[in-house]
Amino acid sequence: MCSLALFPPPLPSGQTTLCESNNELLSGTTTEDRLKLSLKLHCRTESSSKAAFLDHSETLWMRSAAACSYIYQLMSFYINSPLSCAVVVPKWLSVSSGCTLALLRWFSSFHGSLFPHLTMSSEDMLAEFSQVLNWSDCVVRAFAWHPHTDKFAVALLDDSIKIYNPKSATTPTLKHRLQRSVAAVQWKPLCATALAVACQNCLLVWHVDPCSLSTRPSSGCAQVLSHPGHSPITSIAWSPSGSLLVSASPMDTAMMVWDVASESGVPLQRVGGGGVTFLSWSPDGSHVLASTPSALFRVWETRMWTCERWPCVKGRCQSGCWSPDGSRLLFTVQGETVIYALTFTDTPAGVPTCTSKGSQAAAVVADLSETTFNTPDGDIIVGGEIQSLAWDPTGERLAVLLKGDPQAADRPAIIAVFKTRTNPIFELLPWFVLLCVGFVQGEPGTEPRLMQFHPNFQHGALLTVCWSSGRITHMPFYFLSAGVPHFGLSGSPSLPRPQERPADFAKQSLFTELMS
Amino acid sequence: ETRTTFNRGPQRSFECMWRDMGNAVASIAWAVLLLPPITAVFVIISRFSLLHPIQAVSECLSFLTSASAIFSFILLCGVIIMVGFLNLEYYTVIPTIACSKIALLGQLLHPRQFVNSLGHCIMGIIVAWCCAITVGGRYETIADPCAQGDGSPQMCLNEYHLILLLAGAFVGFSHSLLGVIYNMNYVSFHTVQQYKYLRFKGSLSLVLKCSATQALYSVRNYIVVYFFLGKWSLSVHPLDSIAGLLDLSLLYHLWISASFLLFTWHLTLLLFRVFVTEVYSFPVQSSFTEDAHQCLPTVLTDKQPMILKFLALLDLALLSQHSPSRRSEVFSLSQPGGHPHNWNAISKECLSLLADLTQRLIAYHDTVATNGRAKSLSTGSERKTSSESSGMFPRPTLLMKTPASVFARSIVGCPQSPLTAPFTPDLDSPFASPALRRLTAPMDQCSPWFGTVQSPHIMRRVPKLWSTSTGEKSQALFADSQAHIWALEGLSYLVQSSFSEDQFGVVQTALPSILSCMLGLQEAVDRHFKLPHASSKPVRSASSMGDSTHKTLRFALRATLKTSIYRITTTFGNHLNAVKMSAEHRKRLQQFLEYKE
Repeated sequence: MCSLALFPPPLPSGQTTLCESNNELLSGTTTEDRLKLSLKLHCRTESSSKAAFLDHSETLWMRSAAACSYIYQLMSFYINSPLSCAVVVPKWLSVSSGCTLALLRWFSSFHGSLFPHLTMSSEDMLAEFSQVLNWSDCVVRAFAWHPHTDKFAVALLDDSIKIYNPKSATTPTLKHRLQRSVAAVQWKPLCATALAVACQNCLLVWHVDPCSLSTRPSSGCAQVLSHPGHSPITSIAWSPSGSLLVSASPMDTAMMVWDVASESGVPLQRVGGGGVTFLSWSPDGSHVLASTPSALFRVWETRMWTCERWPCVKGRCQSGCWSPDGSRLLFTVQGETVIYALTFTDTPAGVPTCTSKGSQAAAVVADLSETTFNTPDGDIIVGGEIQSLAWDPTGERLAVLLKGDPQAADRPAIIAVFKTRTNPIFELLPWFVLLCVGFVQGEPGTEPRLMQFHPNFQHGALLTVCWSSGRITHMPFYFLSAGVPHFGLSGSPSLPRPQERPADFAKQSLFTELMS
Repeated sequence: ETRTTFNRGPQRSFECMWRDMGNAVASIAWAVLLLPPITAVFVIISRFSLLHPIQAVSECLSFLTSASAIFSFILLCGVIIMVGFLNLEYYTVIPTIACSKIALLGQLLHPRQFVNSLGHCIMGIIVAWCCAITVGGRYETIADPCAQGDGSPQMCLNEYHLILLLAGAFVGFSHSLLGVIYNMNYVSFHTVQQYKYLRFKGSLSLVLKCSATQALYSVRNYIVVYFFLGKWSLSVHPLDSIAGLLDLSLLYHLWISASFLLFTWHLTLLLFRVFVTEVYSFPVQSSFTEDAHQCLPTVLTDKQPMILKFLALLDLALLSQHSPSRRSEVFSLSQPGGHPHNWNAISKECLSLLADLTQRLIAYHDTVATNGRAKSLSTGSERKTSSESSGMFPRPTLLMKTPASVFARSIVGCPQSPLTAPFTPDLDSPFASPALRRLTAPMDQCSPWFGTVQSPHIMRRVPKLWSTSTGEKSQALFADSQAHIWALEGLSYLVQSSFSEDQFGVVQTALPSILSCMLGLQEAVDRHFKLPHASSKPVRSASSMGDSTHKTLRFALRATLKTSIYRITTTFGNHLNAVKMSAEHRKRLQQFLEYKE
């Protein structure tokens, strides 16, 4: 098992991680790197007055729930206030209403204690269940690479989405009346145009023509998908074959499976859990991870849409990611500092089975408990709870975003990068090996909020990190993919282009265009 | 060869019939099994009173064990079985889309539909009688003793009983009519595969909601009709007044009776849909020649029955996506001989389906472009496929019965609009053999109808009633596109997996034709969506038992087509540059390779 004690110490203040080469992370002191994209800080709009009024677009259910709670408050006021003794009311009425109130109280406390998240506001809920660290004040709220080409979409704090494409001069900005509190964006695989956006009240699917010169696609280019009770949407996932889209809401116990072209959705309802918070579709398309707000997550198989229940001991499943072949799932649990792994050995597809028989319990593969490092700037404590996981498409690097503590200066949020090998050459070794590579750090005073691997980077892996300053940086990890057999686990492949130094990276077309 | 074809036909249709029947019978059996609890709930709801709950419950229990309750229950079972068989007789996998009001009227007045409506009316009366017995009280008997002016006791008409019976007939009739308008007999296949029980459970709440709302509207309409028409001289309590009809208890009983009736029927329909669309796994090949007709390649190429062809295509799409072992059978060579018969048959059928759609779209576009409007507007009719798709009563092919001139006209007319004369069975089943079409194609020009009907002179005089909406025409063009979607998925997944799994290179030989077919269709679809109204989204009817999947099939087809081409281009990448194709297709393919489509 890997632990943080094996990591090289974090960089001294002022140093920034640039890339990985020869198995170590290289750093630089220049703050004016070329591998970045600054985004204008947008001030928060209409933040204060919103909460005071009931939103018009809230569902009937939510409104009636609000009305119920109002009546409940009214009742409790009258019954508990000393005035009620003075008012002459029939005895049976007061007794029966008292009983009803007690019952209501008991039920609401029971329900609330079962699913505390139901009492949150939608914004809080999005912040709580988002994969982004401190989502509510994060400038970049969501980020998505296109699965096939070098373009990406960035959702900003002001609810607009920008699409950056190095091959095109235009940067389309997507705005829509319903596009509020964007929690996630994802491009449709096997398609050049479609971008799904998880919003507060609905799901939008934009169709942005890559050849179009328009910088403001009209809202007619967006399909609106909504289902009563299915909001706010915190997570979405396209099937790798591009045919289906699943969406999750912590308020809805059903996960929606959408056929986007015909705008029809099938709710997949399961009792228990109180909602669905996070979804991840395995790269081979066979499974979907669906975590709930309570200590339970499900793994759906996508052939007949049946699910396995995986109860956790401590908290809810916070994040998860799949190995490229879809056979292994890594996940983290809220309140714990370890990474778990599950193996799914599928029965030959085509034989319809209820569940894919895998391991009966999750195995701990990495321990990220707090470790103190002595740096020239003083002691730094790294480790603790995990915000999100990202596994690169070759299955060789695993990035872990550690939450840290925003109040304590010596406990920064940090990204730890592991080297992973899932198919060992030596059978004696466990199936899963994690080796530490190092910590990814940004400029002083900034913390990583969100990260994603480029889906098809030629020379290894490319990690994109969105920082609290609004900056987006791309960090290449140079290595040879496991397609070529290596002997020994620590042997590092040589840099694909030895003549190229980190400073030359800007020559690649992808990055030059991204400078602002 | 000819002999085997002849022998195989009846045998196969017999087997299909049994498969169909088996599913239908299972669904009806489940509907009958679910009837006792539903009836019990209905009894409790109809008899419950807030003031005397215990008395009401004991009354319910004593009623449930009475002879009249058991008799009415047997009647209800009979009705459910009848409804189940009507579902089986009338269902279709290709929706009938009426492009104009007059075509819809034609559908409604069709003798077959008349039989259906009559059947539903009678069954409605029977269910309403059972409801009257169940509710009891003033509804129970048709005649009541009443005192005449001279004091002598006499039997009078009990209008409460009558109003309930007529409500049953009305609801049954309106259910039958709405079935035509909302295409309730259309059975669509879901993109998300689920087990039968889960699918049933998932739709149950929707069925309940639909039944309750539809019952509410039906009762409202019925009350209005009754107010104007319900004059019975023999009645003791005349109800055709506003005060008489605004009896809350009466309205409540009418509504729950109608809800009960519609719920049991809709439930039967839901079960039927769930059972009939269940995925069926066909063997790809068999080592015994006598089983060869059950194998996927053979079933795929068959024309009839339609449901079997659809299931085979669905199975193809699923196996190509999920099952490596069955894919390897598709890519295998015959022993002896070494021919890829399975792949050849499957790819040929899929390609001919796609080519058929391409031709249809091109022909439609040409007509629109030349005439400004589609040609055969005045010959509006329906796509007649329901009878053909029903496997239970195999019918002789309709192609044989039609005069050549009508046939030729329908061949021209159908691609543009699948509408011919209202009562002429449409010969242009989307799967009608392309060979026949080619044979008759030259006749277009000679047909005496050709020049005259489409002359703009006549077109101008066509009344509003006959005019069609382009959106609906577009729907009609893509009515059977579920088959094309599966063909596209099946082909593209097979091509994708052939990259690593095809040992003998059988797919390689077909790659140029597959690519050019898909790119050709892509071009035709693109052109079609540039027509006015073709890309306008239909209004979604939220709570109705009718299936509106057919309204969006063209969008689904367009998306699947793009995804399929991308699936091939992402898999093969620049290897595709070695594939021979026309310059125009090459250009289009390049767009896909650069992710610019």
